[in-house]
Amino acid sequence: MSIDKQDVQKIAHLARLALTEADADQYQHSLSSVLSLVEQMQSVDTDGIEPLSNPLEMTQRLREDIVTEENRRDAFLANAPQTEAGLFLVPKVID
Amino acid sequence: MFEQSISTLAQKLRDKDISSVELTRLFLARIAKFDPQLNSFITVSEKHALEQAAAADVLLQNGKGTSLTGIPVAHKDLFCTEGTLTTCGSKMLHNFIPPYESTVTSRIQQAGAVMLGKTNMDEFAMGSSNENSFYGAVKNPWNLDMVPGGSSGGSAAAVSAGLVVAATGTDTGGSIRQPASFCGITGLKPTYGRVSRFGMIAYASSLDQGGPMAKSAEDCAHLMQAMAGFDEKDSTSAENPADDYLASLNAPLTGLKIGLPKEYFGEGLDSKVADIIMAAVKEFEKLGATVKEISLPNLQLSIPSYYVIAPSEASSNLSRFDGVRFGHRCDDPRDLLDMYMRSRAEGFGAEVQKRIMVGTYALSEGYYDAYYLKAQKIRRLIKQDFVKALEEVDVIMGPVAPTTAFGLGSKTSDPVAMYLEDIYTLSVNLAGIPAMSIPAGFADNMPVGLQIMGNYFAEAKLLNVAHQYQQHTDWHLQTPTMVKGA
Amino acid sequence: MNWEVVIGLEIHTQLSTKSKLFSGAAVGFGAEPNTQTTLVDLGMPGALPVFNKEALRMAVMFGHAINAEIGMSSVFARKNYFYPDLPKGYQTSQMDHPIVGKGFLDVMLEDGTTSRVGITRAHLEEDAGKSLHEDFQGMTGIDLNRSSTPLLEIVSEPDIRSAKEAVAYVKMIHSIVTYLGICDGNMAEGSMRCDINLSLRPKGQQEYGTRTEIKNVNSFRFIEKAIYTEIERQADILEDGGRIIQETRLYDPEKNETRSMRSKEDANDYRYFPCPDLLPVVLTQEYVDNIKATLPELPSQKAARFQSEHALSEYDANVLSSSRAMADYFEVANGVVKDPKLAANWVMGELSKLLNQEQLDIANSPVNAQAFGELLIRIKDNTINGKTAKDVFQAMWNGEGSADAIIEAKGLKQVTDTGAIEAMIQTILDANAAQVEQYRAADEDKQKKMIGFFVGQVMKASQGKANPGLVNPILAKMLKG
Repeated sequence: MSIDKQDVQKIAHLARLALTEADADQYQHSLSSVLSLVEQMQSVDTDGIEPLSNPLEMTQRLREDIVTEENRRDAFLANAPQTEAGLFLVPKVID
Repeated sequence: MFEQSISTLAQKLRDKDISSVELTRLFLARIAKFDPQLNSFITVSEKHALEQAAAADVLLQNGKGTSLTGIPVAHKDLFCTEGTLTTCGSKMLHNFIPPYESTVTSRIQQAGAVMLGKTNMDEFAMGSSNENSFYGAVKNPWNLDMVPGGSSGGSAAAVSAGLVVAATGTDTGGSIRQPASFCGITGLKPTYGRVSRFGMIAYASSLDQGGPMAKSAEDCAHLMQAMAGFDEKDSTSAENPADDYLASLNAPLTGLKIGLPKEYFGEGLDSKVADIIMAAVKEFEKLGATVKEISLPNLQLSIPSYYVIAPSEASSNLSRFDGVRFGHRCDDPRDLLDMYMRSRAEGFGAEVQKRIMVGTYALSEGYYDAYYLKAQKIRRLIKQDFVKALEEVDVIMGPVAPTTAFGLGSKTSDPVAMYLEDIYTLSVNLAGIPAMSIPAGFADNMPVGLQIMGNYFAEAKLLNVAHQYQQHTDWHLQTPTMVKGA
Repeated sequence: MNWEVVIGLEIHTQLSTKSKLFSGAAVGFGAEPNTQTTLVDLGMPGALPVFNKEALRMAVMFGHAINAEIGMSSVFARKNYFYPDLPKGYQTSQMDHPIVGKGFLDVMLEDGTTSRVGITRAHLEEDAGKSLHEDFQGMTGIDLNRSSTPLLEIVSEPDIRSAKEAVAYVKMIHSIVTYLGICDGNMAEGSMRCDINLSLRPKGQQEYGTRTEIKNVNSFRFIEKAIYTEIERQADILEDGGRIIQETRLYDPEKNETRSMRSKEDANDYRYFPCPDLLPVVLTQEYVDNIKATLPELPSQKAARFQSEHALSEYDANVLSSSRAMADYFEVANGVVKDPKLAANWVMGELSKLLNQEQLDIANSPVNAQAFGELLIRIKDNTINGKTAKDVFQAMWNGEGSADAIIEAKGLKQVTDTGAIEAMIQTILDANAAQVEQYRAADEDKQKKMIGFFVGQVMKASQGKANPGLVNPILAKMLKG
């Protein structure tokens, strides 16, 4: 299983990773080798096997509907690259 | 003093043979002396540690506290620690100071332990050699040209070199056990859900599990007493109460049924490692255990299954690192898209980017069934293998890794070869069972770990089995030459 | 060309829980930016979600209300995409296993006919934050207060064929969720937002045309207008031989037009997969049955009861039960006056008129239902007539006191003493001898027309207080001579 450079750029875009041409070459190679590695799964017959997403197969616990958290805005905003008036700032969003 | 067990140190602290502040200074001095060579710490929080030590001394003065009170420990740098830099080994979080504390570190703090700092790791816990850290590779204290293993390589090296009494690690595919094996220490990956994941920066949520790394099984048990147990802040936390991990350490092993999976002793296993594992098994027979060959037929499939599931979950878990609310943001973004693309490309290292892309691909339209769903079906087969085997035997034993620690830089050019070396550890995470690595000997002067796997929530059993072995052997008491006598 | 419009709606209903879907932060509208957020809502590293019990209960209530299959094992999935108001880079939603499965609603249209709208599913999901586009150094500000607020997304089948039907359906959903008390129904604050999927096809054609999705329309009126403009836009394109592009559009109420949302053009691959931080939500039959047993009376049930119990017309029953507040008001007022027809007429008439005039919600009526009922008693027992009652009601509305107090203070009590009425009539007849002569000479048909004159004179003389029910027969008798 191998993928072409266009695929790599498409995936990188979905994952929001800027790749240079050289990066894309390198990832094309390394992604292809990982995909070849996982390819061996396809030979296994898994008909009728239920997928397992949580090893303990527990069920969801429920939280009481009560407000337990206080406002800690300043503590949270302290880690943000850019803020103003209690808001996180980002480059202009165009709808 | 640095070679003493938690029990011994706790007694000395209680007897006022030494104060926590003195003990803390002693270890801080060792870090200052040896860590420039090892690079096992990302952050040493000296001031914070001395404050905690002073507070511990007050408790001890009043006859209060637990066996961890006043004991110097360190945390893998993916546990969020309030007010202390938490980087996850990544440039992405080079400036991240969490305003909150993970459940694991909070409980260890509650027990009175003193945090000396945060240990180095493979970036976002992705790696088996600790060479994928933004903060540089960690060296193996047994041979500075060798890797310590990963991803909890900093914790393993620090414990091995006696820079700290014990440390926390996390294990998604072997990240506690393999570095424990490479560095000659004892490490436990608990049952999935036994230790809270709250405040642990996620790599692969359905596989990640925090656990103790220390010199002995008994020291690990002391840490587990504090770490383990239900946490309402983690939906995947197991509700059944944690066991008393110290209570059954001394139970005899008479009648213990050990399973040896034939798949763990096949092609690829270094013969010297194999000999050491078999010698360890013999030791258990002497202690009254019986041995039986078993089979885990789908072992080989754990590699592809893991390398689909883990990157898939990671690709989603790591989307929050977007340069908006915390972490790295690129300079002068042209627009929103540019901010995302460059912040993430600059903030993440190559291995992390690669796994994000593998996961993105595996989850994308048209591939989901063939990759993610298929991997989850295989995951069930792997779990069923263990469930079946553990109906016949009490514990399963085998190597942790096919070889001893390898040379720094020797495998970086072929990451897939490195993935293949995870063969003995990945399946445990996929199944969610607990497993340990304990020192079992040396091959070419490098430590070899024995892996002991058990049934769900059988941590106390594993610690008992490991402790009994350590009562009759001294592999866990060996100290690397570089730090000997210092 | 004769086009048939095909509409499917996705309604995002904000559930009125106290805390968020996955965190213990408060839910509320209008708080200072980012003050109602926790680690979880901000997507901080290491934060984990825990599911709100009440959101689950509310979703199951809704499922029962639309006759749906309840998902006994529902699964949260992650919908992955990057957007600054989506802090984790994924929205926790439900995909393959929603909490509410297939159901339906019978929607009553204005012409009195009913049409059945299929509901494909309703699933729980977390809301995103808000992007504020005011200028902050040329940048956009992000407020995450709304992040992780619980939403129930109700997805209809493409069963809707007109703007009117769409609005009737949304109104019905609105009425149900407010009856159930699971949503405050405040559309202006975004508690209900509607995505409209719309396509056209030539009448009689089986397969659907290409559809567009109009995002986030948040009033009944805008839903109707957005549908009309989009129908027109699509019809123009198709009639010019053009093709509809499948895309997301935004309705601009000021220009009354829809426009393409460029930001969503990027073909998205959401990479849904089960959220590994959350586990399957497994329900017991007992839990589901208990919720069904404690379900409040729904609009359609209430309307049926109003018809059977109070002998109201279907129309009146439907109007009164369309909102829980109005139905409650009616029931309290009727409890006081014990005359359903009278209460219904006055609630739908005079009360609704004043509420509309002042754009007030019935819950904020200056006259409460009890006081309103007491006014109706005075109509029923002939203390005042209908015309006077309107004046009294206006005075009550203005805060001048109870019905009785106003009637007393203004001396509005009807004259019901037959002796007094006879005397009054005699005076009128004496003063209008000529008209009496004419009346007596006329035939029966003419007399019927002429009697109005005398009634008017009597009412005028009594300042409207004479009871018309008494005046008429007495007058007729006395005119006969």
